[in-house]
Amino acid sequence: MAHSIEQDIRGFIVEALLFGRDTDNLGRADSLLTRGIIDSTGVLELVSFVEREYDILVDDAELVPANFDSIERLAAYVERKRSQAPDEAVEEIVSRVA
Amino acid sequence: MGAQAEFSIDILKLDPSRETERICAWLRTSVGERLRRRGAVVALSGGVDSSVVGALCTRALGKNRVFGLLMPEGESSDDTRRLSREVALHLGIESSEVEISPLLEAAGCYQKRDDAVRRVVPSYGPGWTCKIVLPGVLASDRLPIFSVVAISPEGQETRVRLTLEAYLGIVASTNFKQRCRKMLEYYHADRLQYAVTGTPNRLEYDLGFFVKNGDGAADVKPIAHLYKSQVYQLAEYLGVPDEVRRRPPTTDTYSAPQSQDEFYFALPHREMDLCLYARNNGVQADQVAPVVGLTPEQVERVYRDIDGKREASRYLHTPALVLEGSAER
Repeated sequence: MAHSIEQDIRGFIVEALLFGRDTDNLGRADSLLTRGIIDSTGVLELVSFVEREYDILVDDAELVPANFDSIERLAAYVERKRSQAPDEAVEEIVSRVA
Repeated sequence: MGAQAEFSIDILKLDPSRETERICAWLRTSVGERLRRRGAVVALSGGVDSSVVGALCTRALGKNRVFGLLMPEGESSDDTRRLSREVALHLGIESSEVEISPLLEAAGCYQKRDDAVRRVVPSYGPGWTCKIVLPGVLASDRLPIFSVVAISPEGQETRVRLTLEAYLGIVASTNFKQRCRKMLEYYHADRLQYAVTGTPNRLEYDLGFFVKNGDGAADVKPIAHLYKSQVYQLAEYLGVPDEVRRRPPTTDTYSAPQSQDEFYFALPHREMDLCLYARNNGVQADQVAPVVGLTPEQVERVYRDIDGKREASRYLHTPALVLEGSAER
């Protein structure tokens, strides 16, 4: 499961933030900030993507490098958020996916 | 090596007389010889940066070769209108005041900005004011994401994190303000065969606090090498009116009052100057911390903020790209 979230996130980053060209072979643990891949607008794009794609709400306090600075961290964050969702929300998500 | 050993609160003190003469000599050569223009246009906002540039140009070129342009709009503060007039009078230069609200309305600046705000604050409407703000970098590692602060006619504040579309819509529409002003500056420059001055200080120039082809466009930028506290030193030496020197730095771009440090810079300018100097000169965070009254961890956060802004502003500094051999220069 985590693997597919990582793949989705990676695909989005390459397509939306790297102009579709991953010439430097972005690694799952590479810092997106240090490598200049995300700035303030790039973070907004990532937030919009995960909120839309995984039906989660990103709280302001969660907007930290520990959650958003690499593909691996972001996938883990999404997993945690989804596992914390109340039962009703999960049912809603399932029904939307279906 | 020296910078690390000598780092102190006085590190940015300069000899204002010598620096003034150096800039004035550079302005005479740049405007008269390299650009072959007959004088300079200076847009005056009533702030310390444009006032210092106006004073430097007047001293370097003579007051009959400097044209001041005052360009308030409907959301400019009363201080901007009053102090920019005072500076023009103080300098004794020819000047013109143009209210740019009709231009901005025709371009859709206010309407497009308000539409973008309503994407996240649906009740935003007539009588409301707004500004966009960044989280402070000192308290936490929060990523630099803008929020809009909307203030109702009754004074109630609503703060909402911006979506990408709302953020880009607000920034793109408010950038009309700087670009309309620059268009008018170049009109007068063409009419008079003058050069257009840009008024960024080093913080603004280095960290990308300007609009590309707006206030970032100019033929000469005489104080882009000076930290803000050095600009204040020159302001005192050049006799810029006291009230201008005491005025807190403001963007005067949004309808709600907004300081520069809540909009863009992580710290008030004195501390930001010192941190930027330290970053530029390889001074370690633990040496900087006691001088600026922060912890080493907070200084590291400011350093990361500086690095991020520099990276993001690379596009702003990049001139139009051309294929090799495209232009005769």
